[in-house]
Amino acid sequence: MSENAEHTSHSQGFYIAIGIGLLVGTATTVGAAFVNLGPFNPIIALLIATIKATLVVLFFMHVKGASEKLTGAVVVSGFFFLAILLTLSLADYLTRSWR
Amino acid sequence: MHDSQTTTVEHEAHNPALLHHFADAQQQKNAASLGMWLFLVTEIMFFGGMFCAYLVYRLAHFNAFAAGSQQLSIWMGATNTAVLIVSSVTVVLAVKAAEAGKRKLLVGYLVVTVLLGMTFLTVKGFEYREKFEKHHVPGPTFKFTDTFDDNGKQIPVNPKEAQLFFSLYFVMTGMHALHMIIGCGLFSVLAVLAWKGHYTPGYFTPIENAGLYWHLVDIIWIYLFPLLYLISRHS
Amino acid sequence: MASIGIPANQAPKTNYLNNGHSLKSWLLTTDHKRIALLYLISVTVFFFLGGFFAMLIRLELLTPQGDLMQADTYNKVFTMHGMIMVFFFLIPVVPAVLGNFLVPLMIGAKDLAFPRINLLSWYLYITAGVLFLHCMLTGGVDTGWTFYTPYSTAGSNTNVVEAGISVFIAGFSSIFTGLNFIVTIHRMRAPGLTWDRLPLFIWANYATSLIMILGTPVIAITVVLVAVERLFHLGIFDPRLGGDPLLFQHLFWFYSHPAVYIMILPSMGVVSELVACFARKRIFGYKFVALSSIAIAVFGFLVWAHHMFVAGISLYAAMIFSFLSFSVGVPSAVKVFNWTATLYKGSISYATPMLYAFGFIGLFTIGGLTGLMLATIGIDVHVTDTYFVVAHFHYVMVGGVLMGYLGGLHFWWPKISGRMYPEGWAKLSALLVFVGFNLTFFPQFILGYVGMPRRYWQYPPEFQVLNVLSTAGASVLAVGYLLPMIYLFWSLRYGPIADANPWNAAGLEWKTTSPPPTFNFDETPVVTWEAYNYDEIPQKELEAPVAR
Repeated sequence: MSENAEHTSHSQGFYIAIGIGLLVGTATTVGAAFVNLGPFNPIIALLIATIKATLVVLFFMHVKGASEKLTGAVVVSGFFFLAILLTLSLADYLTRSWR
Repeated sequence: MHDSQTTTVEHEAHNPALLHHFADAQQQKNAASLGMWLFLVTEIMFFGGMFCAYLVYRLAHFNAFAAGSQQLSIWMGATNTAVLIVSSVTVVLAVKAAEAGKRKLLVGYLVVTVLLGMTFLTVKGFEYREKFEKHHVPGPTFKFTDTFDDNGKQIPVNPKEAQLFFSLYFVMTGMHALHMIIGCGLFSVLAVLAWKGHYTPGYFTPIENAGLYWHLVDIIWIYLFPLLYLISRHS
Repeated sequence: MASIGIPANQAPKTNYLNNGHSLKSWLLTTDHKRIALLYLISVTVFFFLGGFFAMLIRLELLTPQGDLMQADTYNKVFTMHGMIMVFFFLIPVVPAVLGNFLVPLMIGAKDLAFPRINLLSWYLYITAGVLFLHCMLTGGVDTGWTFYTPYSTAGSNTNVVEAGISVFIAGFSSIFTGLNFIVTIHRMRAPGLTWDRLPLFIWANYATSLIMILGTPVIAITVVLVAVERLFHLGIFDPRLGGDPLLFQHLFWFYSHPAVYIMILPSMGVVSELVACFARKRIFGYKFVALSSIAIAVFGFLVWAHHMFVAGISLYAAMIFSFLSFSVGVPSAVKVFNWTATLYKGSISYATPMLYAFGFIGLFTIGGLTGLMLATIGIDVHVTDTYFVVAHFHYVMVGGVLMGYLGGLHFWWPKISGRMYPEGWAKLSALLVFVGFNLTFFPQFILGYVGMPRRYWQYPPEFQVLNVLSTAGASVLAVGYLLPMIYLFWSLRYGPIADANPWNAAGLEWKTTSPPPTFNFDETPVVTWEAYNYDEIPQKELEAPVAR
């Protein structure tokens, strides 16, 4: 693996294109915030944020095309345990009858 | 499973960056990279505690959080988001320059990154000043009377609950800003070292790892921005 | 493979101990073995300090009324005992001492992946420890080790912030240790040492490190929030300012329950090594024991709110957490059953480390089963905050963690020091620890069940008999802990010189000299065998394991 480890780098234009994509995402999410979509406002905002974060992780942080799956596993496990913290805490808060 | 089986040491013997306890440069690079990723996981969990608090309180005190959120400057937040995204692009281009061995280009990108980071912090400073002026800083001077939303509709708000929103706002953005300051310091040091020619196409792990850190700080902001500024505009 | 016996009586060889004698060569070392010894000294200091506070507690509880101290002092004393033992002894003890020493040796590496970060971990630990000692000497803390809000943020007038900062720093020491272990185990294994050939101690430390990485940051941010709230009166947990104190408990236990597994998992790893060696058998169900460590680490994150059943969480959440808590019992039982199955038809010898391993299995089983009782909501509501809980977690932490640690320390002492400990004294102290421990803590199960609450300096007179028994047991226990410190120290100079492999044990750490050279192996070993291949190692008399 020592030969082919570091060929995950893309062209300069590609990175700038991703950057522009992220800026467009930001503009979209700001625009969407001014439109009343009811319960969909937070959903859309967080969806766009997740897409942006995924782009950064995959291309800027080179998880896509990484020479081994371990990096991806580390990232996924980080978010997985964060999800455990959030969902099990909410399992309490969302089911309290006395609130 | 087979990653530690590389045994050829001969051609690595003169690499000054290779530490004694590694078999070869590839093993050292892989170790540093995994270590950095694990550190990023600890950062996710560190901020995760605050995201958990935010989630719980937003559900519990929905109106107050909406009213508090509407007092934030969406334009300053959006500007800062754009600044951070551009800085992430310059970081990734810096890594690319390091990989290609273009020393001056690398230093240039690093300096631009630091400047963009400082721009972010400056804008953040103006935002904080505005909070002081509007008495939105939690504590004895805290006042919250802005209980009308953008359409002039009144929102019933308990000021203590609004104060909770601003407590979380300051803790979360403050902790994020602290990470930005550390990142700026890190890249300044790396820029000096890069100028002195410490990094070669064969060894630029510190640039890569600092880049990973910067991207993670960017990702955290990508979530902070909608959660704090955007999602309660209409409620 | 052959059993490689390197004669101990060859010309004096440079090893990690005599490679440099200056203070600087110790305080600026990046050798994982020297750092392990730095940790050994510092955790021992904190252990006896925590033990001192434990003795104060037991002395006060000798009589029903408060005669040695009153409530304020007592609150500080049990808080000091808890914080020192949890954050400065139990969490670092096995990973930072035995793990630091053994992880690179067991996987055939020259050092941990990041030797300087390893040294940094120790300095962070020492900084945190000194800060905590300063906090202790300038008035102490009285919140209990749990820092519960709103008392810690708005009620207590003691040094909560300073204690919080020291826990924060100690947390980063722990994070860096865990990070170092995971990277080392992934990247630095000797050629041929595949995952299914790893010693179970490595698996256990890997699982521990996962918890350190995933859990510790959460308590770090939690104590930051407590400190910020206390200093700037932000309302984050304070109900008067709109906050929810239960959120603190959620965040706190999200780390602090898995932290229990940070303590116990490495000791379980030690016991796996001991049982295999002293039964002369490959561990029964190797893969299950290995994966049960990972399972405990993962399930451990799903159960935290069983500490909060009576605190006001929703009934539905309580039922979910109660159910999930039972799931941890499965991998724990897998371990106990597999150790027992390993003993079956084994050729068992009763050296001191094995006595500790037996102690561990018995006491951990009691601690674990009472844990299942506490996971049952109905029983928990009855015994919450009583001595039943105190007895339960001391069975796991003292009966489990400490037994495993002492067993491991004796087992690897010849490797660490190059000398054998005196077997007779060691057996005596193992016996004293076992008897003293049960005498101290078993009465507390009864006390708790009949309703004596924890954290009070006085109690109704009818509880006195059991409390006297407990205090008497604590004195026996104290002797049992002082003895090893004395004779292990004595053995450094007068103990018989140890062979490279005095136990005739499997494992890479026994294939280098005792004590090992600075870079562990003269040449990188190539592994072609499974772990615990005791059927391939020729028998030799183990009752007198001393060479020469």
